[in-house]
Order: sequence, then structure tokens, then C-alpha cells
Amino acid sequence: MTDAPSSVEKPTDPAIESGLDRLTPDRIRQVIQQVLKNETGPRFKAYVETCMRCGLCAEACSYFLSNDRDPQFMPAAKVKNTIWEMLKKDGDVSKDFLRRAVRIAHLECNACKRCAMYCPFGIDIAYLMLLVRRICHKLEITPQYIQDTVNSHSVTLNQMWVKDDEWIDTLQWQEEDARDEFEDLQIPLDKVGADIMYSVIAPEPKFQAGLLYQAATLMHAAGMNWTMPSTPGWDNSNMAMYTGDNEISGRIARAFFETAARLRVKRIVMGECGHAFRSVYDMGNRWNSWVMPPFEVVHALAFYHELLTQGRISIKEKYKKKVTLHDPCNVSRGRGLHDKAREVVNMVCEDFVEMTPNREHNYCCGAGGGVINCGPPYKAERMVNNRVKAEQLAATGADVLIAPCHNCHSGLEDVIQHYDLKMEIKFLGDLIYDTMEKKIYEPGA
Amino acid sequence: MNSFIAFIMGPMVWISFIIFLGGLTIKLVGILKAVRQKEPYIYSYVTLKHSLRSIGAWMIPFFPRSARMSPVYYGISYLFHVLLFLVPLFLASHIVLINEAFQISWPALNDQVADWLTLGVIAALIFFAVRRVMVPEVKFLTGAMDYVLILLVMLPFLTGFLAYHQWIAYRWITVIHILSGELVLIIIPFSRFSHMLTAPLTRAYMGSEFGHVRQAKDW
Repeated sequence: MTDAPSSVEKPTDPAIESGLDRLTPDRIRQVIQQVLKNETGPRFKAYVETCMRCGLCAEACSYFLSNDRDPQFMPAAKVKNTIWEMLKKDGDVSKDFLRRAVRIAHLECNACKRCAMYCPFGIDIAYLMLLVRRICHKLEITPQYIQDTVNSHSVTLNQMWVKDDEWIDTLQWQEEDARDEFEDLQIPLDKVGADIMYSVIAPEPKFQAGLLYQAATLMHAAGMNWTMPSTPGWDNSNMAMYTGDNEISGRIARAFFETAARLRVKRIVMGECGHAFRSVYDMGNRWNSWVMPPFEVVHALAFYHELLTQGRISIKEKYKKKVTLHDPCNVSRGRGLHDKAREVVNMVCEDFVEMTPNREHNYCCGAGGGVINCGPPYKAERMVNNRVKAEQLAATGADVLIAPCHNCHSGLEDVIQHYDLKMEIKFLGDLIYDTMEKKIYEPGA
Repeated sequence: MNSFIAFIMGPMVWISFIIFLGGLTIKLVGILKAVRQKEPYIYSYVTLKHSLRSIGAWMIPFFPRSARMSPVYYGISYLFHVLLFLVPLFLASHIVLINEAFQISWPALNDQVADWLTLGVIAALIFFAVRRVMVPEVKFLTGAMDYVLILLVMLPFLTGFLAYHQWIAYRWITVIHILSGELVLIIIPFSRFSHMLTAPLTRAYMGSEFGHVRQAKDW
């Protein structure tokens, strides 16, 4: 557990390098000035002028804590090494500076906003890092893998180049499989006027189709009037939100809400994903000029809570192994769902142990905020940068880690493997599917 | 010399307070107008309830987790900020001056207590300076301006302490005391000391995003 940061080979990202090759000093200055002058306002100014350099944010950051308190990794240092310097030089920064800035903003910050809770002034450093990403986007030096997901969003409106027919095909395949358990089960496509539009992120049809199966059985067993769209707009993930490509990010969210509007559903329920939840309940709506989302957006955690407390599904026998729960930034610090999550875990599992710190103060998985989406070239450093998470998990002594978010799930799976923790990792939906009564809900029964 | 002292104890006090309060007012109005113009969404999310909830939570000593994790720095910083206002406002000799000018007065601190509290402020400032040298992550962020700001705040307290005891050059020390106090007031709106205005605003915004939108705590 003691890999030194220096032991990690820094890879050179072809997209960053070729982007830097194309840049001229004029272009760099022009883009930085344009973003800092036209795309920021008093909020940015106040953040820059208010910081008293007290260093309290350091204690919040899992990168800082994982790298033996190396000051380079503290939140304010990341601002100093990017934004302050850009301001001081009025955009006249070198390519070497930018190469470092991309890495800081894309790979050394999960935009988890934990530091905003440790700054006495509530300065939002995640916002400043996303501003750096916006500048990198406009300079066309975004890391290759995450840029590819944005390209996919741009073409297909989903994150993983899932073709229209593949999407429908996958749903029908899961429907067919699920009929082994429930004879009449359907995944209703484009059912106008249904109560619920169920939406997922592209990795589910791409390589986790079993999650669609589980969600369908849950909906069916609970007797919900639900539907899924057959057209683009089904994917609620939004990687453009993390690369600073606000225009594409807004387009994705708009297509998503328009799909729900076309289906005239009452609300949108979504799977266990954190950033996707944030993108539709808090970010996409803003870009499209809605103060709050035009539809009620229900995260899986809240939905499970509803189904269990209303008795629409019941648990046959509680899960026996010792479990612990990871609070994803975007649903806990991002939406206060941590207490409901605990209630669900306690309804489903016999032996639940907390990790510390928890709830709003939980450490980030190290994968979120687009970091894992920068791809395999950066996996080794991602592991070094999240040692503190491994220590936090190991201290629980749990056999099973529940991670109710796709990003967290993938990131923590890597952490468990890398640090050789004897732990299984599950979605909450996995446990509910395993323990629920496989019968159809009848009102009043 | 007498007319110089009369100037810095008379018109200059007025000028300092006008720049201090006027500067902060202009700054506040400027911020609110700029928000209206460039970031009107902020008004959609800021609520009074959640702003006060957040500011309140952060005013309670050692209530935020951040405060409990750095108790020494937090404790000293908290006391320092209280004393920064308390000592000058409730110092007997300041109240006498105000009474002479406006015929109003209020209860004063015992001189000896005030003397110790002044030493407390100076000690806190020395602690801040030492911390900037000793703690690596703070050192990394620190620039020359951070020490200048510490010195600027220290000067009126140090000279006030020396003037009270009248050990050396009483007259000159008093002049520096008055001038440095006025200087600090004047630069507040133009320096990072303006966090006395902007910190509650950034806190209110973050408190509202957390309380109103995110339905989570931010302490």
C-alpha cells in the first residue's frame, strides 16, 4: 500500500500531445482570455479574491492524503498551479504548463466537492477545475479516452457508440432471458403515458446487460407502469459535462428530457449512476435554462426505498454477509440520499458496518468526475492516488462493498484488486435482486 | 507636528472610515450587479434560509468537521477574529476619544485585560506567520503578500501595546499606531481583507447549493 507517486510512469496522451502541437502562443492566450473574461463572472472573481491560503482544504482531498500529504495534491495548490498562473500571466502560459494543467484538472481532481466542505468560505474548487477543463476543451487538449466518449455522445447521444438497433436488440435479449423467471415480463418500449421512464447509462447495454435484466424484474415484480425509449435519448450519462464541452453536454440533456416529454411520462427513474444523476437533476437542466429539472428525476436509491417501504417488493431472506456502503459523491454530497441508502441496506442486509468517514464526508472512489474515463493509460496513478480509500475500506472488515454508482463501482473494483482487499463489490440492485421474493405485487395482498 | 496629529486624529479618521465602509459598499453593490448581469442563475439558487443555515453552522466553534480536524489552527483563528473587533471597539482609550467627539460611550474592557488580549492578537499573528513557514501545504500556497498582510494587521496592535505602556518614543509610537490603524481600514476593500464581505457571500452560495439543491450539509 505504499507505492510512491514517483514510481508511476507518466504516460503521454496522444490527444494531449497532438493538441499541444497545434497550439500557438497567440491561440493559447486568446482562448484563456476568452474563457476567463467571457465565461466567468463575480463568482469566479470572489473565489480568487477570497482565498486566504489557509490550507484547510488539504485535509479534504483524497489525492493529498493518498500521496503522503504532498502539497502538490492539495486543492488550493491545484488552483495555484492552473488558474492563478493563467490569471497572473493573462493567458501567456507555455505548453509545458498546459500539459501539467490538463493532468491536474482531468486526473488529479474528481470534482467531488469534498474540499468545498472543508473550506471555511465554501470556495468551490471543483468549479475552478472544471473551468480549467473548459479551457483545455477549447484548446483541444482533452485526454484521448474521455474525448472519445464525448465524440460518441455527439454522434449517437450515448457514451459508448451503442447503435440504435443494438440498443433495442439488447433490451429484447434481456426481456427474453428474464421470461425464464417471469413468464409475462416485458420491457415496454416507447409506451406513451407510462408513469415511469427508466433510463440507464450506455455501459449497461454495452457490457453490463445483466443490470437491465435485474431492473426489468424489479419493475415487473413491483407492478410498475414503466417504459424505456427505443430512440436516442435513453442514455442519461454525460461525459461532455466533465470535459467542459458544455454545448454537447446541453444537447445530451435536452435530448434526454425531450424523450421523456415525447413519452409523456410522470417521472424519470434511473439506475445506480452518480454522475448521470447529477447531469440530469442538476446540470443539464441549468444549461437548458430550467432552474430545476422539468421532470421529477428519481435515483435508484430513492426508488428502491420507495418500493421497499411501500411493500411493492419484499425481501424473502436478508443477505447474510457483512456489508459496508460507499456513499457516492453525486448522490450523497450531491443529493443527500445517504440516509435512505442506509435504510434500504438495513432492510436488505443483516450485517451492515459503516466505513469512516461516511455520508457527505465519504472519500471519493477516485474514479468519478471523469477520471476513470481518461482510460487505462492512467489506471496505475489512479490506484496510487486513492490509497486512502483502500485503507478506509480495509478498516471496515466487511466482506461485501456496496457501491451504488457505476463510476464508483468500476473505480472501487480496481482499488480492491490493486490493494488485494478481500472484498466483493456489488450494486445495491444486485443484493435486492438476490434477496427479493420473485412474485408479482398485488395491491392489498 | 500638532497640526499633523490633529489631521490624522480628525479628518483622516473620517477619510479612513469612508473609504473602508464606502469601499465595501461599492464592492457589494458591484458584486450584486455583476451577478444580475453575468450569473443571474445564482439568484435562482440562493435562499436566505440555507445561507443562514450554512453561515450559522460555520460560526459555531468546532462544529464543522473541518474545524475539528485542525482544532489548534481553528481555535486560534476563531479567537483572533473575535479579538480583532472586540479589542479596538471596547478599548477604554478609544471609547474616550469617541465620547469626546460624539458624546456617546459604551462599557469598556478593563485596561489590563485589554492589554493581555492585545498580546493575544499579536501572538495569534505570530502563530499564523510561523504556520506559513512550518506547515508544508500552507508554505506551498504562501507568497510575500501573505506576510505583508500579517504585518499590516500586527502593526496597529503592536504599536497600541507599546503606546499603552509608554516605554519608548510614546509620541512617535502613537502616530504610527493611528496611521497604521487607518491604513488597515483603507486597504480592506482593496485587498484579501475584503473576505470580511465576500466570505459570507461565497458561504451563502455554497450553503444554498448544498442545502437547497443538493439537500446535504456543507459542514
